[in-house]
Amino acid sequence: MTMQTVTAPAATREATRPPRRSDHRKRSRAAWGFVAPSLIAIGLFFVIPMVSALLLSLTDFDIYALADLNNLRFVGLDNYQNLLGNSLFWGAMRNTVWFSVLGVPLTLAVSLAAAVILNARMVLWRPIWRVMFFAPYVTTLVATAVLWNYLLHTRYGIINWGLTSVGLPAVDWLGQPSTSIPAILMFVVWKTFGYNMLIFLAVLQTVPDELYEAARIDGAGPWKQFRHVTLPAIAPTLLLVSIISVAAFFQLFAEPYVMTQGGPAQSTVTVLYFMYEEGFKWWNLGSASAVAFILFLCIFAITLIQLWVSKRLGATS
Amino acid sequence: MTLVRPDRRTALGWLAGSTAALATASCTGRSDGRTHLTFWAMGAEGTAVPQLVPEFERRNPGIAVEVQAVPWTAAHQKLLTAYAGDSLPDISQIGNTWVSEMAAIGALSATPAFASDLLTDQFPAVLETNRVDGQAVATPWYVDTRLLFCRTDILSRAGYDTVPTTWAEWKASMHAIKRVAGEGNYAILLPVNEFEQLLTFGLQADEPLLADQATRGNFSSPGFIAALAFYKSLFDEGLAPLVSATQISNVWTEFQRGYFSFYFSGPWSIGDFRRRLPPETQWATAGIPGPTGPGASAPGGSSLAVFRSTRHPEAAWAWVRYLLEPETQVRFNQITGSLPARQSAWEAPALASDPMIQPFKAQLARAEAVPKAPEWERIVTEMQIVAERMVRGEYTPETAAAEIDRRADRLLEKRRWMLERGGAS
Amino acid sequence: MKLKPRVIALNVAVAFIALMVLFPLAWMVSVSFMQTGEAATFPPPLLPDSWTLEHYRTLFVTQGMGQYLWNSFALATMATLLALGFTVPAGYAFAKLKFAGRDRLFQLLIGALVIPAQIGTLPLFLMLKGMGLVNTYAGALVPWLASIFGLFLVRQYALSIPDEMLEAARVDGASEGQIFRRVVLPTMQPIIVTLGLFVFLGSWNDFLWPLIILTDQSNYTLPVALAAMSREHVQDIEMMMAGSVITVAPVLILFLALQRYYIRGMLAGSVKG
Repeated sequence: MTMQTVTAPAATREATRPPRRSDHRKRSRAAWGFVAPSLIAIGLFFVIPMVSALLLSLTDFDIYALADLNNLRFVGLDNYQNLLGNSLFWGAMRNTVWFSVLGVPLTLAVSLAAAVILNARMVLWRPIWRVMFFAPYVTTLVATAVLWNYLLHTRYGIINWGLTSVGLPAVDWLGQPSTSIPAILMFVVWKTFGYNMLIFLAVLQTVPDELYEAARIDGAGPWKQFRHVTLPAIAPTLLLVSIISVAAFFQLFAEPYVMTQGGPAQSTVTVLYFMYEEGFKWWNLGSASAVAFILFLCIFAITLIQLWVSKRLGATS
Repeated sequence: MTLVRPDRRTALGWLAGSTAALATASCTGRSDGRTHLTFWAMGAEGTAVPQLVPEFERRNPGIAVEVQAVPWTAAHQKLLTAYAGDSLPDISQIGNTWVSEMAAIGALSATPAFASDLLTDQFPAVLETNRVDGQAVATPWYVDTRLLFCRTDILSRAGYDTVPTTWAEWKASMHAIKRVAGEGNYAILLPVNEFEQLLTFGLQADEPLLADQATRGNFSSPGFIAALAFYKSLFDEGLAPLVSATQISNVWTEFQRGYFSFYFSGPWSIGDFRRRLPPETQWATAGIPGPTGPGASAPGGSSLAVFRSTRHPEAAWAWVRYLLEPETQVRFNQITGSLPARQSAWEAPALASDPMIQPFKAQLARAEAVPKAPEWERIVTEMQIVAERMVRGEYTPETAAAEIDRRADRLLEKRRWMLERGGAS
Repeated sequence: MKLKPRVIALNVAVAFIALMVLFPLAWMVSVSFMQTGEAATFPPPLLPDSWTLEHYRTLFVTQGMGQYLWNSFALATMATLLALGFTVPAGYAFAKLKFAGRDRLFQLLIGALVIPAQIGTLPLFLMLKGMGLVNTYAGALVPWLASIFGLFLVRQYALSIPDEMLEAARVDGASEGQIFRRVVLPTMQPIIVTLGLFVFLGSWNDFLWPLIILTDQSNYTLPVALAAMSREHVQDIEMMMAGSVITVAPVLILFLALQRYYIRGMLAGSVKG
C-alpha cells in the first residue's frame, strides 16, 4: 500500500529532562492500557474471523452442521475444486470482471474530468460545487439504488424519457442481460465519482501555476497541458485511486441485491453476491468461505499487479 | 493518578450507560397479560390472514396473533436465517417441499396427540409430503397442484372436444393445434427455466426419482428417460417455443393471442385468467395426460409449522386448529382463492360448483409425493439446468439423465454420509 | 478577462454536472409528495399535481418506519461512541507513546487494511451465534469496535501533536491518563468529530452486515427495511421514494452541516504518505 507510516518527527523531545527507567515502564504500561481494548477487539472480531474463514473453507459446514456440529467434516480443498467446476461461480467472476473493466476507467475518467473542470480558477463558487458533487457519495446506497431503479424504469423512467425525446429507442435497462451491467454502472458512477474527484482535486491544487505558465509559453494548448503537466503530477494518485476502485468494484453487493437480485439471467451476480447467496441463502458456509478467500486473493493479486506495473512505468519514463 | 481514575470511570460509565439505555429502550415489553403469537405468512396469504384474526381472538380472549407478511421470494431464506439466528416465529406457513429440510435441522415439532385429528380429512399425497419418518411434522393448510390450462376454442378448431389423456394422443392434438394456430404460434408453453413441467412428466414414471432412501439419483430409470425424451420432442417437433419465463412478459396476453394453447399452472392462475382474459377467449382446466392414461403431478401448497422453539405450543396449536376448521378454510378460499386442504371444505357450494376448480380435486387424488430429501430443491434446480441444455442440443435424453444423476449424487453426498452414521433421516 | 468564452463554457459545464448530480435527489423528494400512481405515467412528471404527505403517514403508521428509524439512529449513535472510545486512545498511543513492538504492530495493521472485511463475515456470524448475539444490537455493533482505518486516521492526526507539549505536562507530574484527557483530547477535537462523523454515516448506510446479523424485522435498520420493502412494493413508487427520503435525509443533513470535517478527514485518510 502507498499508505506509508509517517515516522515520528526527530527526537528533540528528550532535551527537557533525561528519562528515567521507571518512567519508561510507566509510560509503556499506560500505552498498553490505551491500545489494549482496540487490539483485543481487532483480534477477536477481525483476526480470528479471518483465520477461521480459511479453516471454514476447508470444511463442509452447512445447515446440517449448524443444527448439529457432529455433521461437520474436513474436506480439504473440495470446496475450491467444486467452485472451479461451477458455472454459476464462473459467471459471477466474469460479471465482476466486467464491472471492474468497464467501471474503473469510467469512474476515473468522470471524476478526473470533474476535478480538472473544478480546478479551473475561472469557475465561480468552487467550494459549493465541490460539496454538491460529493453529496451522492454520503447518501445511503440502498435508498439511492431504489431511486435509480425508478430512474431506469423501462416505461416511466426519466432516462428512457430523455432517450426517446431525442429520438433514440427506449432501453429495457435492468430487464435484459446486455444492458444490466451498464445500467448499474451509471448508478455507481453517479454515486461515487465525487470521492475520487475530491482526491484528484486535492492533488491538482498542489501543482504550481508556474508549470502551466511555462507550458503555455511553450505554446501548449489545454490538451497538451493536461498531458504534460497535469497527468504526470497526478499519476501516483491515479494509481492509488485505481487500486481503491478495483477493490471497491470487486465488492459490489448492495447494488445488484437491491436493483436486480442478480438477474436478469444471472447477469449481475457478483462474486460477493454469490458468496452471500451461497452462505446466507443456502447456508453452505464452507463453500461460501472458499468464495470469500478467492475474492480476497483476486483483490490482492490485482493490487500487486498494479503496483508492479506502476514500478515498471516509473522505471522507463 | 487519583484525579484521573474517577474521570475515566465516569466517561466509561457514561458510555456504557448510554449504550445500555439505548439498548433497553429498543425492546419495549408488551405486558397485557395475553399470550402473543407471531405468525409468518407469505404472499397473498400474508395480506389475507389478518382478516381471520379478529374471529380467532374473539374466541380465544387470552391469545393475540401478530401476522407478519413475508414475500414468497424471500421466505425460504428468511426461515433458514431466522433458524440460524434463533428468531423463528411461533408458527409459520411453509411451502410443503421445504418440510424435510426444516425437519432435518430440527426446527419442526411433531404433531402432538391432541392435534392428531387435524390430520384427518386431508389429501393423502399432500399429507405424505408433511411426514418425516412416519410422523407428521407440519399440517397441510391449503393445497395446489399443476393442471393444464387449455384454449378450448383452438382445441375444437383442431378437431378435439376434450384434452386427450395419454402422451401419444396429446402430442397428436398438439400437432393439430400447431397447424391451425397460425404462423409463429405454438401448442404449449414450457419455459426452459422452470422445472415443474419436466418434474410432472418425471413423476408419472413408475420408478421413484431418487433411490436408496433418497440418497442417490434415479434419473436414468427407463421411465424418467422416457419423460426426458417426451419433453425434448415437444421442442424438437416445434410444438413448444424455446423461451424462458422471463422472455414472456405476461402470460395471459400471450395465451389470449394464441401463442400457446396449453399451459401448466396452479389454482392461482384461475383468478388471473378470469380477470384478464376477455369473455370470447374460451379456456378450461384439465387433468394432466400421462404415458398411458391420466397422469400424476406433484402435490403443492402450504403447510402450517409449529416450531420447536415456540414457548406457547398450546396457543400455537389452537391457531392451527382454527385455520384448519372447514368453515375457516372456505372463508379463506373466498378471500384468496387458495384450495382448502380439508376435503370436506370442497363440498361448500362455491367450490363444488366451479368447473375450473373441480379438475384440481381429481388431479390431487392422483398426486404423487416428491422425494423427501432436504436437498430436493437444489436437485430439481440442477435437473432443469441440464434439461435446458438437452433441449438446446447439448445432451441426448440418456446422457442428460446420466448428468442429472451425477449432479444429484454430488448434492446427496452429505446425506449419504449422514445416513451411514445414522445421523439423519 | 480575455478568455471570456472559455469562462462561460467552463461554468456551464459545471452547472450541467451539478444538474446531473442533484436531479435524482430532487426528483426523489418531489415524487415522495405525489399522489399514488402519479409517478407511473409517461412522460415522468417533475412536480406533484397536488402535494400529499400520505406516503410518509403510511410508512410510519402501517410499515413500522418509526421502529426502523429508531434502530438506525440508536445503532449509529452507539457505534460512534464505541468506535471513538476504542480507537482514539489507541491511535494516540500508536503515535506518541513508546512500547515494545509498536512499529511492527502498526505495520501489520496497515497491511491488514487490504483485507476486505467481508471475508470474515461467515465465521463472525457463527462466533456471534455461539455468543447469543445474533439478532441483537450488540451483534450489529461488533465490527465498529475493530476499525483499523479509524486507528490509522487518529494516529496520523496525533503525530502532529508537539512532543514538547506532552513533555511539559509530564514534567508537571501529570500521569499519562491525565495527559491524554487534558492535553491530547482537546487538541484532537477535529479528528474526533471527523471520525465520529465517518462512523455515524458508515453505520447508518451499512447494509451487508445488518442484513446478515439482524434476522428479525423489529430490529431492521432503515437500509435493510427499505431493501425488503422494495421487493414487496415495487409498484408503489411514491411510497418507496418517501422511504428513501427518510433514509437519506438525516445523513445528508449531517454531512452538509459538518462537511469541512468530513472532507478534511477523507483526504487525510487517503492521500497522506
